[in-house]
Amino acid sequence: MIEDSKLTSKRIAEYLSNGKRFDGRKVDEFRDIEIDVNLSKKAEGGAKVKIGKTEVWVGVKMSVGEPYPDSLDQGNLMVTSELTPLSHSKYEYGPPKFPTIELGRLVDRGIRESGFIDLKKLCIVEGEKVWNIFIDIYSINDDGNLLDASFIGTVAALKSTKIPHYDEKEGKIDYEKKPKDNLPLTENVPMNFSIYKIGGGLVLDPIQEEESAAEGRLILAAIPDKPLKICSMQKSQTMDLDTDEFGKILDLVEQKYDSFTKEINKKIDEAIKKNK
Amino acid sequence: MAYTKRFDGRKFDETRPITAKVGVVPNADGSAMFAFGNTIAIASVYGPRQLHPQHMQNPSTGILRVNYNMMSFSVSDRIRPGPSKRSTEISKISEWALNSAILLEEYPNTVVDVHIMIQQADASTRCAGINAASLALAHAGVPMKDLVASVSIGKMDKQLVIDVNKEEEDYKEGEGATDIAMSFMGAKKLTHIQLDGKISSKELKEATEMGKKACEKIIEIQKKALKEAMEIKND
Repeated sequence: MIEDSKLTSKRIAEYLSNGKRFDGRKVDEFRDIEIDVNLSKKAEGGAKVKIGKTEVWVGVKMSVGEPYPDSLDQGNLMVTSELTPLSHSKYEYGPPKFPTIELGRLVDRGIRESGFIDLKKLCIVEGEKVWNIFIDIYSINDDGNLLDASFIGTVAALKSTKIPHYDEKEGKIDYEKKPKDNLPLTENVPMNFSIYKIGGGLVLDPIQEEESAAEGRLILAAIPDKPLKICSMQKSQTMDLDTDEFGKILDLVEQKYDSFTKEINKKIDEAIKKNK
Repeated sequence: MAYTKRFDGRKFDETRPITAKVGVVPNADGSAMFAFGNTIAIASVYGPRQLHPQHMQNPSTGILRVNYNMMSFSVSDRIRPGPSKRSTEISKISEWALNSAILLEEYPNTVVDVHIMIQQADASTRCAGINAASLALAHAGVPMKDLVASVSIGKMDKQLVIDVNKEEEDYKEGEGATDIAMSFMGAKKLTHIQLDGKISSKELKEATEMGKKACEKIIEIQKKALKEAMEIKND
């Protein structure tokens, strides 16, 4: 694949300065979103999420391990991501590069800070044994906005997760025995928004070409509350924002949050029901 | 006790239900998924494209590069992401299995990259991977002599069976389990074989004949998947 030319980027920016996008969407409009939680019978939970042509798979695996010294009475959460060469010609094998690490970190932060997983309930013996939750994110087709897709996939995967059977005497997990308990989750279902700045305007859910044309992005996760509570944030790339723009981003998220979160959670719940 | 009935009730010469589909990764030049029952593989193909670093280029032909990886959640005990000795070997084995079938002389200095990922594993993952890869190469329009199909033949105690699942792979009775993964180009020429276990040469000859027959059927399924994709395009 050829790199997106400066010309394309320039044209995208020009269009957006008039509030227009190549594919006719509004600046704050997402592409069609599909969610399926039937990923792997060997996983404790999982999801496939498509946003337009972008596709991400998220799997949840659980095991029993030792707690971290600073959280002796809590389960451990680990998020890893892989931007696979399968999903785009620009990705290569080898040690993870920054975008791979950043993706995992951003999902981790949003999930962790929201308190969505009740990690205290995942303690088996304080100071000795706790549940490990591994969230692994794989890109399957990258056509922009992998982060929001990964975040939705992670929420869906966690909602679909069942805790495997643990034999305390033997100290072993029986992955074959049918699990019955859901992962302990709270009401704080987080949702992530990546807001891109392109040509001076703000855009949600960019396609690949729009992503390359962007100056940067502001990423935030929030939990449903009245008023809305922002639980994680990060500014990416070298873009600068004046406080007016920053305020605009917060307004955009506030205005978009309720309907979007409701729609996504409805899709997740339907997918879980279908997979039963 | 002899292995008189398969754990999942299949006939000895029956594969698990096969699913094959192309076009699962829109970004790629070609892509496919292939499943033997609960073993699911996906593959994508990029190329022929310029090969970097330059010193690896071959001025007389394009080259094939295959990577096989299991997803962390494809098995009960999570696999740490990244290459292992096992995945490195299977990558190379798969590359050799497919290499005889592709014709890249017209594309000097280029590479065709094949990426195989195992979504869900219930034994015979390399076979499902090779089948998905062969399908993805054809879907990408890479010139090929023929399709490559792959299947595992098992020997449970003394009984030969087609398409081994995990339960059979772990069979311990009598002579135990012998697992033979093999691939055929055009259901004629053997392009890959690996064996774990104990088997006589007479039984092994029989096993390869069984494998060849199974691969004939698999190639038909691969062709059907390719044709279905063309029909959708034409609509």
